[in-house]
Amino acid sequence: MTTHVPDDSTLRDDGFSAQLAGSVLLIACGALAREILDVKDKNGWDHLDLTCLPAILHNSPDQIVPAVKAAVEKNRSSYDRIYVVYADCGTGGLLQAACDDLGVEMVAGPHCYSFFEGNDAFAARDEFTAFYLTDFLVRQFDAFVWEPLGLDRHPELRDMYFAHYTKLVYQAQIDDPALTAKAQDCAARLGLDFERRFTGYGDLERTMADWA
Amino acid sequence: MSEEEDELILSELDDEELVSQMMDDLYDGLRDEVCEGVNILLERGWAPYRVLTEALVGGMTIVGRDFRDGILFVPEVLLAANAMKGGMAILKPLLAETGAETVGRMVIGTVKGDIHDIGQNLVTMMMEGAGFEVMNIGINNPVENFIDAAKEFDADILGMSALLTTTMPYMKTVIDEMKEQGIRDDYIVLVGGAPLNEEFGKAIGADAYCRDAAVAVEKAKEMVARRHNQRASG
Repeated sequence: MTTHVPDDSTLRDDGFSAQLAGSVLLIACGALAREILDVKDKNGWDHLDLTCLPAILHNSPDQIVPAVKAAVEKNRSSYDRIYVVYADCGTGGLLQAACDDLGVEMVAGPHCYSFFEGNDAFAARDEFTAFYLTDFLVRQFDAFVWEPLGLDRHPELRDMYFAHYTKLVYQAQIDDPALTAKAQDCAARLGLDFERRFTGYGDLERTMADWA
Repeated sequence: MSEEEDELILSELDDEELVSQMMDDLYDGLRDEVCEGVNILLERGWAPYRVLTEALVGGMTIVGRDFRDGILFVPEVLLAANAMKGGMAILKPLLAETGAETVGRMVIGTVKGDIHDIGQNLVTMMMEGAGFEVMNIGINNPVENFIDAAKEFDADILGMSALLTTTMPYMKTVIDEMKEQGIRDDYIVLVGGAPLNEEFGKAIGADAYCRDAAVAVEKAKEMVARRHNQRASG
C-alpha cells in the first residue's frame, strides 16, 4: 500500500499524520516524511504508523524537545512501541536525554546529513567546511535557508554566514536531475562549489529495519 | 510633502534627540547614519567613551534584548552589529589614544572543527563596547591555540564558541588540557553557542554558559570584578 505524502509546505509548517491503527508509531521530523514512507511502503511494514512534526522546527532546535515529548505522551497509550525519528538535530544532547527519560529510542547521530550518509562514514570525512542539503532541503531551500537568514532582503549578509564554507554538498536520497539542477543553483546562490553525493536512505533505512 | 522635506538632518538634532535617533538607526542596521551620528557627537566634544556607551552600546543592548525576546532575528541583529561596527571603527583609535581603562582581557575563538563565528564576533563587539580588550582568534581552533593565545594576551577570560553538537564537546578537551597544565584557575572560562545549555557548561567545568552576547558581558563583568576583589582581599 502506498501512503499519500502531503506537499512540502504542509510538511514544513503543519506536519502530518498517517496513523492507521498500526502497532508501532514513528514520531519524525516532517523533512523525513517522504523517505520514511518510501522505506515503509517498499518493505510492506504496514504495522508502522507515522506522525510528523513540522519540519520547520529544524530551524528552532529548542522547540524540538518539547514537541517530541508532547507527541510521545499523547500517543503512548495507543501504541505498543514508539520510536523517535530525529537525530540530535542541534538539541545539544537534550533530545537524547528526553528520549531516555521517556523510554523511547531515537536515531543515532548528530543530524540527518550524518545518518543519510551513514554516521560512521560521515564522521570519517571530518568535512566541516561543507554545507549540506538533503532532497527535502533542496526543495525547501528558500523557506529553510534563504529567507530565515534574511538573504532575500539583505543579500549583502551572505558572506557573513558563508565565508568560511567551501562547498555545498547535495546529499541525494533519490536520483532526480531536476533536484540536482536546483541544488546546483542553491550552491551558486551561496557562492559555494557544488558536489552531489548519492546517499540513498543510509542509516535511516537500517534503523527502521531494526525497529520494524 | 516632498521626500526632501521629510529627510532627517542628523546635525540639526540636539544631543538627546540625536542619540535616540542613532539608537533607532542602529536598530535598523543603518551603518552610514550611525557613523554620521558618531562623527557629529565627536565634533560636539563628546568623549569617545561616552559616544560608545550611550549611543552604540545603548542601542545594541536594545537589539540584544529584542533578539532574546524573539522580536528580532539573526539577520536584523547582524545588520545592527554591522552598523555598530562602523561606529566602533571610528571610535577605537580615539579610545586607544585617550587610554580608557580596560575592564578585563579576553581571548575568544570557535573550537576545532567549527567554522561558525557569527556568535563570537557579536560577543567580541559587545565585550569591546563594555570596555574589555578582546583577542579574537577566529575559527577552527585546536587546544594549543586557545592556551597559547590566553598566555600571550595575558587574558583574564577564555571564551569558547561552537555551533555544532559535534564540536561542542571539544570545549571540554580545552578545559581538561588547562587542568592538566595546572592553569585552569588562571582564567575565567566562558562558553556559548546555539546547542549549548547551562547543564553542559557545568558538566565540562566552564565557569559560565552564556546564552547570548549580553549575558556574556554581564557574566564577564561580574566574574572579573569578583576575581579582582578576591585578589585585593587575599
